[in-house]
Amino acid sequence: MGMTLTEKILARASGKARVYAGENVWVRVDILMTYDVCGPGTIGVFKREFGKSAKVWDPKKIVITPDHYIFTTDALCNRNVDTLREFAREQGLPYFYDIIDDPRGHWKYDASRGPLVRQHGSHYVGVCHTALPLKGHTRPGEVLLGTDSHTCTAGAFGEFATGIGNTDAGFVMGTGKILLKVPETMLFWFEGALQPGVMGKDVILHVIGEIGFDGATYRAMEFRGPGASAMNMDDRMTIANMAIEAGGKNGIFEADQKTFDYVNERVAANGTKKEYEAVTPDADASYVYNKKFDLSKLEPTVACHPDPGQRKLARELGHVALDRAYIGSCTGGKTSDFIAFARVVKGRQVKIDTFGVPATTQVVQDLRAVKLGDKSVWQILVDAGVRMTENAGCAACLGGPEDTFGRVNTPMKCISATNRNFPGRMGNRESQVLLASPATVAASALTGKVTDPREFWS
Amino acid sequence: MSKIIRGKVYVVRDNIDTDQIIPAQYLSLLPNVPEEYEKLGSHAMAGLPDSSYPERFIKPGAMDAEYPIIIGGRNFGCGSSREHAPVALGAANCEAVVAEGFARIFFRNCVATGEIYPIESTQRLCEIFKTGDEAELDLDKNEMVAVETGQRYALKPLGDARAVIDAGGLFAYAKKTGMIAAG
Ligand code: SF4
Repeated sequence: MGMTLTEKILARASGKARVYAGENVWVRVDILMTYDVCGPGTIGVFKREFGKSAKVWDPKKIVITPDHYIFTTDALCNRNVDTLREFAREQGLPYFYDIIDDPRGHWKYDASRGPLVRQHGSHYVGVCHTALPLKGHTRPGEVLLGTDSHTCTAGAFGEFATGIGNTDAGFVMGTGKILLKVPETMLFWFEGALQPGVMGKDVILHVIGEIGFDGATYRAMEFRGPGASAMNMDDRMTIANMAIEAGGKNGIFEADQKTFDYVNERVAANGTKKEYEAVTPDADASYVYNKKFDLSKLEPTVACHPDPGQRKLARELGHVALDRAYIGSCTGGKTSDFIAFARVVKGRQVKIDTFGVPATTQVVQDLRAVKLGDKSVWQILVDAGVRMTENAGCAACLGGPEDTFGRVNTPMKCISATNRNFPGRMGNRESQVLLASPATVAASALTGKVTDPREFWS
Repeated sequence: MSKIIRGKVYVVRDNIDTDQIIPAQYLSLLPNVPEEYEKLGSHAMAGLPDSSYPERFIKPGAMDAEYPIIIGGRNFGCGSSREHAPVALGAANCEAVVAEGFARIFFRNCVATGEIYPIESTQRLCEIFKTGDEAELDLDKNEMVAVETGQRYALKPLGDARAVIDAGGLFAYAKKTGMIAAG
């Protein structure tokens, strides 16, 4: 019997000819990612266990991206970024994407300049999961771990990627290894092409609604078929990103020419490791679940309060009035997400408070450069009344400190292009978050009610 | 090593995600700094909406919970990978969560930190127990007893994870068993 994509990668990384679902194996790690919220704790564990002067197992395999609680005056948050900087300097880590340029400086956010204008230095990138591929740290066939549940995003590149806690990450930092249970694999076979106005986000919200919020707990979600091959890398990232919202250990696409082109371009541009070996699934691999999805039948989909499995169609929810709209995050703040948003709002005005937070500094540049007609995407959004910030990052996706840009500070209803909507996710614990595609968020911002974007799609 | 946990239970339902266990605004606190560890405990379960949970896990002004056992429904600990979640529960003097099911990363973090015993029930206990009920949890017999009624409820065994939590977490266990050098 053959192996699935996940089994093949874990077999190779554990030096075995084959592995079986349920088996616990020691796996060699290719990349460990951490950031400001979980990094200082991970470093604390690493030093406590391996000694104050211990060295990380391989400085080139550690990527640190401050991104979560950056643009805030909260002193502890500012301190945490300083802790990362000190560690990167002491360990000689080449891939620390600092918020400031001075390696001996201290980060302080200046609230008096307002949340919209750029306050970061030249090395800063933004949200970790979007930064990793951009900076050439995702490669097919590898094992990537991160101290964040959405680390599964990198599965879009045909690798095994999953989230871990600080203690596990401290162990990896010192040894480069982790003990993992090989997950069972579920196969999601995509056929057909998405209709105009329907996005990768709709696909994954549909899938989660189908299997439930814990439908993939402890399992790998393998996305394949002609519909998956037809998707661009951004849509694949959006889908792999949300495997965790069904409880999945990882989400994975098969690497193809699109993947190779994307990866090769970025490793070359950043001078990161070029070599990789992709894996292909065996025809006789065994799956615990196997289902076909006809993408051409999907419609704009919304996950209602209070969990990502509360699936409804956007067109069924026209009666739901909203207070706020938000576009941003690792799953919904990419360039293509903002372009979809701009196609809907171009030449129109939003009716409710609407916030836009690009995932990375590259997205900020792209939005200024890409034009729809005579205007840049950035300008189209600003003209429509969207509050766009140049300070790329996680912002209000997970609430954060009270002064976070876009944070939901009262019990309101917010439609959001982010990925998680458990109670209190974006701030106030009585608030409600509805998850949708950037196109649906845009259409809903225009009407103030949940709206199918096909009404405005141009 | 026998292990019995006795005391009041705090009852929650399905999908208690890590934002409800420890809201994001408290994540700037570092679990490895003792004062910040204690503060994390004082905010444990602070993200539960008041409308559904008027009885709070930590009473106003208190640093610890009076509930050594939490009873949950499906998918307890879903959401973010923050290790602050089991740490906050442990720091609040909670010792075990008994739920119908756990999210993977939370379960793993409980074991790695040794802060909490994450135990799966065989029944939907969150419909049977009420917050404040007295219970006795026996990790060797894999059962929980409702003190008032004497009713016994079977639990699923923790398996290999038990020894790691007993030892105090991944590193303590690895040192104790000679997997890594004791430092
Ligand atoms: S953007 Fe949101 S989901 Fe993505 S890493 Fe940041 S907080 Fe997490």
